[in-house]
Amino acid sequence: MRSPRGWFALVALVVVGGVVVGTTGLAQEPQLGRPSVGFGHPITEQAIAPWNIDIRTSDGAGLPPGRGSVAEGQKVYETKCIACHGEKARGGPMYGTMVGGINSFTTNQRILTPGSMYPYAPILFDYIRRTMPMDRPGSLTNDEVYAVSAYILALNGLIPETAVMDAESLPKVRMPNRDGFVPDDRPDVRAVRCMTDCPPIGAAR
Amino acid sequence: MRDELHESDTRSESPRSPGRRAFLRTGLAGAALAAGAAASVSRAAAEPTPVTEPLEIPEWTRTMGRPIPPEMYGMPSKYEVKVVRRRSDVFVNRQNWSDWSMSPLQYQHGIVTPNGVFFERHHAGTPSIDPERHRLVIHGMVKRPLVFTMSDLMRYPSVSRFHFLECSGNTLTDWTKAASTTVQQSHGLLSCAQWTGIPAAWLLDEAGLQPGASWVIFEGADGAVHTRSIPLQKVMDDALLAYGMNGEALREENGYPLRLLLPGWEGNVSVKWLRRIKVVDRPAFFRSETARYTDPLPGGKWRQFSFVMECKSVITYPSGGMKLPGPGLYEIRGFAWSGNGTITAVDVTVDGGRHWQPAVLEPPILDRCLTLFRYRWRWDGRPAKIASRAVDNTGYVQPTVEELSRVRAVTGFVQHHNGIFPWEIAPSGEVKNAVA
Repeated sequence: MRSPRGWFALVALVVVGGVVVGTTGLAQEPQLGRPSVGFGHPITEQAIAPWNIDIRTSDGAGLPPGRGSVAEGQKVYETKCIACHGEKARGGPMYGTMVGGINSFTTNQRILTPGSMYPYAPILFDYIRRTMPMDRPGSLTNDEVYAVSAYILALNGLIPETAVMDAESLPKVRMPNRDGFVPDDRPDVRAVRCMTDCPPIGAAR
Repeated sequence: MRDELHESDTRSESPRSPGRRAFLRTGLAGAALAAGAAASVSRAAAEPTPVTEPLEIPEWTRTMGRPIPPEMYGMPSKYEVKVVRRRSDVFVNRQNWSDWSMSPLQYQHGIVTPNGVFFERHHAGTPSIDPERHRLVIHGMVKRPLVFTMSDLMRYPSVSRFHFLECSGNTLTDWTKAASTTVQQSHGLLSCAQWTGIPAAWLLDEAGLQPGASWVIFEGADGAVHTRSIPLQKVMDDALLAYGMNGEALREENGYPLRLLLPGWEGNVSVKWLRRIKVVDRPAFFRSETARYTDPLPGGKWRQFSFVMECKSVITYPSGGMKLPGPGLYEIRGFAWSGNGTITAVDVTVDGGRHWQPAVLEPPILDRCLTLFRYRWRWDGRPAKIASRAVDNTGYVQPTVEELSRVRAVTGFVQHHNGIFPWEIAPSGEVKNAVA
């Protein structure tokens, strides 16, 4: 414990003396802000590669080599996805449909599926590769991920049954909700702090 | 002692509730009372009959207690078993690996949520990460890609800050109908802790930002490899790489051994089990920032990157599922918080919003932190509708659901519900959700 007088003396010493040097044990380092140390170790991008899996979905930057067709995707889907997502991705015991919902957003029954909701098709690749199948995430080959992406897109009527998806074709798929997003513009309400004779809660709903 | 809480939810019955109820039925004369309860009741009655029954000397006074237990980490009393996290009763998932559980706010004393009941949301279950093997990398648009062990990270000077954390979907089941029974179900995706860690800006400065850097991708090491794109400015302003929480290491379900903490922003951006930071020049538009965590607007559009949790409050006592024992003085209390700053006022209504009175704010009143409010109210036993309304230091006044529904599509999977939330008290003393 240091007395208030002791702290004052310490501060005065630092102020008067500038940087205190020697072996006195008094504070020498700036006490606020980023410390002048670095404990990080250099690492190469090559070493990071197994973790570097994010896709810039708006243009597909980061999509790896590989390819997959709708038909191949159906085979993978029926082996590894159908148990949770159901036949033809129409919903299963765990999760709801991944098909349909396009043009549903102007109704009160918005149906959120990759087809209706994703603005960019490479989101399928990024998400399936990083998370699926849920019990063995990251276990699909890139070819399998392209194929399942193709199958989901075809089920949503967004690519033909004969299509093949790869780093070049996937970003070119035009998604219906591409322009469906607006930036955060809140605060979107300006409530008044009424104290007396206010409209009751729930009125004019 | 929790005499003030009377949940009718039988599954959360406290072992001591039947005793309390028996006392209420039989009245003073027939009940064997603890001294504290006797004192509080005697104040409420005009001319109370003195207690004549000699006070009990219970077995815990006549015997030795436990020795130091074999497990040295202390646990709550066995009489507190109902103070636990719960899954939503309203929106029940058919699996438990992409799920959430909610904090028992109705039992929280003070602004800090105990770690064992801090709300949590995960997308592929809770991983058990060995801190010796965990690594954090920083790369992308930096001059020097860096890797850190947990030991490296814990060598830096640290900072500790109190902040709330709220899921963007908190209260989403209760827009157009009163679906939740308790405040745990309606508002329990909210908690507050003191977080300890390193400002993210220090490590980004160490790696050296390249010109053009403007967004930062954060990625988790869990099976969902959860990912979000965050504006660089927020990261440099106040992002914390947290390893501590309320005086101890993060709990596994809250990101052990390392998580991001973005003060005031929706919970899912504070990526847990953090393994990778990638500096980029534009957002990646992941599924988690397009198909999820976006807000439906009238006309079919979606509001995107709606990070801030706006000013909100809720009464936690009395709240849904409780039963007041009778007319008299009650302390209405609850929490207010704002992702935009500090709470400057909370008003309380007891007549359904026609009239409001300022509540007392209890210090400390901290930036983007739960603030406790209190308002003493003498209930006359007639039907009442109580609610709170918070104001923050930007001047923003917590709106009603009606006001929100004029500018938002209040339907479907709606996020960011910060509307005023009323509870109805019946003459029987029963408290019910009255949001719609």
